[in-house]
Amino acid sequence: MHIHFLDPYRPRVSPIHQLDPRVKLSLTLVFILTAALSPIGAWPVYILLFSLALSIVLLSALGVGYVLKRASLAFPFVLAALPVIFTIPGAALVSLPVGAWRLTATAPGVERFVSVALKSWLSVQMAIVLAASTPFPDLLLAMRALRIPRLLVALFALMWRYLFVLADEALRLIRARAARSGQSDLPGMRSGGSVAWRGRVAGGMAGNLFLRAFERSDRIYMAMVSRGYDGEIRSLPLPAIGQSSWLTLAGGLAILGLILGLGLIF
Amino acid sequence: MLLSPVAMHIPDGFLSTLVSLVLWAATAIVVGYALKRVSKDLGERQVPLMGVLAAAIFAGQMLNFSVAGGTSGHLMGAALATILLGPWAAILVLTTVVGVQALIFQDGGLLAMGANIFNMAIVGVAVSYTVYRSVQKLSGGRKWGVFTGGFAAAWLSIFIAALGVALQLAASGVSPANIAIPAMGGIHALIGIGEGLITLGALAFLYATRRDLLHIGEPAPARGGLVWAAGLLIALLLAVASPLASVFPDGLEWVAGEQGFLEAAKSPLYQVIPDYVFPGISNTTLATIIAGIVGALIVFGVALTVAYLRRNRQTTG
Repeated sequence: MHIHFLDPYRPRVSPIHQLDPRVKLSLTLVFILTAALSPIGAWPVYILLFSLALSIVLLSALGVGYVLKRASLAFPFVLAALPVIFTIPGAALVSLPVGAWRLTATAPGVERFVSVALKSWLSVQMAIVLAASTPFPDLLLAMRALRIPRLLVALFALMWRYLFVLADEALRLIRARAARSGQSDLPGMRSGGSVAWRGRVAGGMAGNLFLRAFERSDRIYMAMVSRGYDGEIRSLPLPAIGQSSWLTLAGGLAILGLILGLGLIF
Repeated sequence: MLLSPVAMHIPDGFLSTLVSLVLWAATAIVVGYALKRVSKDLGERQVPLMGVLAAAIFAGQMLNFSVAGGTSGHLMGAALATILLGPWAAILVLTTVVGVQALIFQDGGLLAMGANIFNMAIVGVAVSYTVYRSVQKLSGGRKWGVFTGGFAAAWLSIFIAALGVALQLAASGVSPANIAIPAMGGIHALIGIGEGLITLGALAFLYATRRDLLHIGEPAPARGGLVWAAGLLIALLLAVASPLASVFPDGLEWVAGEQGFLEAAKSPLYQVIPDYVFPGISNTTLATIIAGIVGALIVFGVALTVAYLRRNRQTTG
């Protein structure tokens, strides 16, 4: 079994896939910034952002179901904002008895919680479209264009290149452990010894993985040297941004600016 | 999810813009300095090593072991990376890990990435370094120093980073300090034990096979004193500030309140449909429902038009 299924890129023919990665990354960041800047309870803004997001998802031909399913994976964090429903003072909505206390949900509390959840959900959808419609090397190019230091981009590239190799190694380690420690599906049949023992086994696997990574990086270094690596990270000059890409960028910025500014007019 | 071992990757939407941007600025300064240090001090051999180790940390986060009741211990890797690579390279490696997790797997947001790098790469590494280095010094480079130091560094790095996350959420006004801090701190005090046990196992393995990788008894790396002091300061600040903030949440609530005030000042400008009800309809419940329906119609109208136009173009073109 290989772990290539981890790669979120889904090749499709769509205007979103064909868009210049630099434009795409910039617009994604501006979308997320717009969502972050819109105040709590600005429902009209959320509706406009949602229609924009839904349009982009539809245009990208990735499938609404796919994007929504992946977006739900990022949802458990919403628990962190849950207490806010009960702690912000305001008009009481519902009062629940919990043991000796009464939890009172307030209107401003619910408003804040729903707003945070919506903003987060909209932002993650755009991040998913970005990752699913852009091959990683294109994202690296976009990062360079956004002036991210060259060494850091080189580290991103190297990590990406060996991610799947090392994830495969980790899977093999996990399979070997499952085979040897007599894992059982029966309830009540616990495999292995105490927690400390299990922790040590997992730690040994992590150490093993790190050691293999060290040794692999030695071989990679040799291979790089034999191909002329001299410690300097070089990269091809960035291709020019086409006129239509500039237009898309300007149009996207205008729409997002308009959404943010819309409230000012009314 | 398999890729999200520690509830520490903050998604977008949770931090206020101010908190996000301040932490992005702090992260940019520290990572920029780390890049300078690494390019200056380390050889060219380190570049592939850091890249592959970042991949190994990512893969290592898949390794877990069952603790009790369906929960499992995982690895974040800040302490292990710090022990193996030294603080500056470890900051870069963890920055890369957090960056790829956010960009590719949506594990953590993009605007929140500054905060996530700050918590995991900067706080995690600085605290690990301070603890590990101090225990090493105390033990005089003996074997127990490596193991005790490794376990303590791993546990404290998780615990302090979690306090950082809780404080940031509280300062953004999305989670009350007196609940978020004890909850995050308590959960991660347990998760930290898992991290500590795995780090301990990994160190035991490396101690037996490749002792040279652990750099036992070597002099501190360049500017190690700076990291040591920073780690101590961060640990003390968060360990002291968090209980204070959870007992007297006024300070943080003041910050959140200031931001809430700014939002309240802005919000009338955002009401396209005033008070979410239509003017002229006296029944507020009915009006709210109508406002909701109008909103939903706008959403699906726009989306369906886009889809329809696209389909048309495909059939004609």
